[in-house]
Amino acid sequence: MEKRSARPAREIVVPGDILDDSGAKAGDNTYTVDGKVYAAVLGVKNKNQYGVGVIPLGGRYMPKPGDMVIGMINDIGSSNWMVDIRAPYPAPLHVSEVPWKVEFGDTSRYLNVGNVVLLKVLSVDEGKKIQVTMNDSGLRRLEGGRLVEIPYVKVSRVIGKSGSMIQMIKSMTDCRIFIGENGIIWIDGDEKNAEVAARAIEMIGENAHKGSLTERVKEFIEKELPNAGEVGE
Amino acid sequence: MSGTTDMILVDKDGKRIDGRMPEEHRAVKIEAGVLANADGSAYVEIGKNKVLAAVYGPRECHPRHLQDPTKAIIQCKYNMQTYSVSDRKRPGTDRRSVEISKITAEALEKVVLTELYPRASIDVYIEILQANAGTRCAGLTAASVALADAGIPMRDIIPSIAAGKADGHVLLDLNKEEDNFGQADVPLAIVPSTNEIVLLQMDGNMTRQEFDKAIELAVGGCHDLYKLQKEALLKRYGDGGDSDE
Amino acid sequence: MSNQVISEIRRDHILNLLKDGRRTDGRKVDDFRKIKFETGIIESADGSAVVEIGKTKVTAGVKIMPGTPFGDTPNMGVLTTGAELIPMAHPSFESGPPGADSIELARVVDRGIRESGMIDMSKLCIKEGEEVWMCFLDLYAINYDGNLFDAFTLASVLALKTAIIPNEQYGKGENKPLPITCIPISATAAKVGSSLILDPNFDEEHISSARLTVTTDDDGNFRAMQKGGQGSITLDELSRCLDMAVAKGKEIRELIG
Repeated sequence: MEKRSARPAREIVVPGDILDDSGAKAGDNTYTVDGKVYAAVLGVKNKNQYGVGVIPLGGRYMPKPGDMVIGMINDIGSSNWMVDIRAPYPAPLHVSEVPWKVEFGDTSRYLNVGNVVLLKVLSVDEGKKIQVTMNDSGLRRLEGGRLVEIPYVKVSRVIGKSGSMIQMIKSMTDCRIFIGENGIIWIDGDEKNAEVAARAIEMIGENAHKGSLTERVKEFIEKELPNAGEVGE
Repeated sequence: MSGTTDMILVDKDGKRIDGRMPEEHRAVKIEAGVLANADGSAYVEIGKNKVLAAVYGPRECHPRHLQDPTKAIIQCKYNMQTYSVSDRKRPGTDRRSVEISKITAEALEKVVLTELYPRASIDVYIEILQANAGTRCAGLTAASVALADAGIPMRDIIPSIAAGKADGHVLLDLNKEEDNFGQADVPLAIVPSTNEIVLLQMDGNMTRQEFDKAIELAVGGCHDLYKLQKEALLKRYGDGGDSDE
Repeated sequence: MSNQVISEIRRDHILNLLKDGRRTDGRKVDDFRKIKFETGIIESADGSAVVEIGKTKVTAGVKIMPGTPFGDTPNMGVLTTGAELIPMAHPSFESGPPGADSIELARVVDRGIRESGMIDMSKLCIKEGEEVWMCFLDLYAINYDGNLFDAFTLASVLALKTAIIPNEQYGKGENKPLPITCIPISATAAKVGSSLILDPNFDEEHISSARLTVTTDDDGNFRAMQKGGQGSITLDELSRCLDMAVAKGKEIRELIG
């Protein structure tokens, strides 16, 4: 999660913009030429004591080990499943990384094309080969409910500071919600409530770069669900 | 470049048929993020040129044999729509569009940090909706905005514009008449932070002196366009504060 | 259209809502998404339009030029329709010559225009047996989110309706509007589960078993139809499709004026 300390004004930078020429350490999404640090992506300049970097405003999700992601099985092999996690590369789930003992060639008995799974990124090697696992607590196939897709860069806003945003949405709508770092979000609960939760999250996905979000999301849910649960802060 | 005409393209005051001065480019409009499905997109108008660019990727590279284990490849497809020109263009790929697609991809390769995405493909699609001389430049200008909009890591944003010669005058950004009845055309694209040339073509007839002048005008034009490309990207994300918690 | 997998959760969600006659975007079964259009966008075309139905966006352009008539219709103009599913529009679309999907789309659009007699072809004769006006109608999908049939038909109709015969360009007198006699409108229904829904979006289209496109004229008569998909529709469903197409045709004709 990016640190979201209050800044006086956020500065949007485009690739090629100079971020620093006084020796600051080059952070994420930058490149360096002759000691000067330049922005490599469109995003918000992020300068702190550790250096200067850019928080991207868009782009494709790039998996990091440990990330929780939601994906869909889109192909089956005899010893693995291919999972689409909206990354630049396919994410194979090997039979040794599921909580069942799967015989060779028996993969489709356990998971099939179109199934949605909650996984963890196990590793990303130098050649960007990805491995995902379902062997950890809570990881599983997701059934029922609904899916919302938002740009992965907005996930931190959906979660909010120390989880405040998502806690608010969960308690006001009384829904179960899983957030994939890749921007795919699963919501389950009462039909009307789940609808409101989904729309609230979509709202964050569209407006996360604008201010006073918590208030607007709260107002939205209160308007749609007048009997919403108390906010658990 | 027919090279010979009785048509007056530049009058005695140095004014061109569309009222521009020699070093002026046509009116430019750039908009980023115009398509829902693409990872990034841009719409560019330069004079009467209307161009759309879309970027998909980085994504798995198809066909597979094109994969490079050390970096992403950029695949570009420039396409003129049938009704974009005065005589209907036959649909489908022709030799001209293959060439333009190739040099556009090569220009973009220079700035995109392709080494970050081994084996992947970054696909750039350029559609010419309306053509009026300078579509390859407008296409490349749009493509680099679309790449930035797609969040693709890159060193810089590439602007592209042509200079040329008509009626014996060196002019920036030839329009259709100047291109048809002029004597030379020089499409150029640069990396604005370094002025490195990433696309250059020339056809016609120019002296060394005229060519130098044309490059000077085109480099200046590129820097003008770069400002507008940047503005379009900033505008897409509007203003508004960052934090509220 | 493309062979895209829709996740089980999405599919079930769509099907569950449809049991109560509801759709994921809040529409009723016989609602279209919001339609937006603009004509005359391309100066180099003799007629042009851009149409958006929800997130589906297409352009249409017509070029009109003199040419030789077909031997069996020596005093009639010619209409040629092409559609391209360019890779800009969707990650599943590939470059290359038109495939079966785009050819079907172009032919269904063409049929609606041709069979409704929208263009009075007899007025497009310049010299019998020698020279007639040829109309080349070209369609491009710019962003694909389902229901290209209706988006393409509507864009075609708008481009043709505003098209000018370029007499001046060919030294044949004054420019004139293309002779238009009526406004054909298509409405496409998809069968999803046991429901019939109009104007399917991408997800709905990809879990549908069958679809039916019905093109009507100003009088609410039928001028072209196309059933697609591997599933079937019952006679009762057919009847409902026809009713919906007539009602929707009227509505859209009013919208475009």
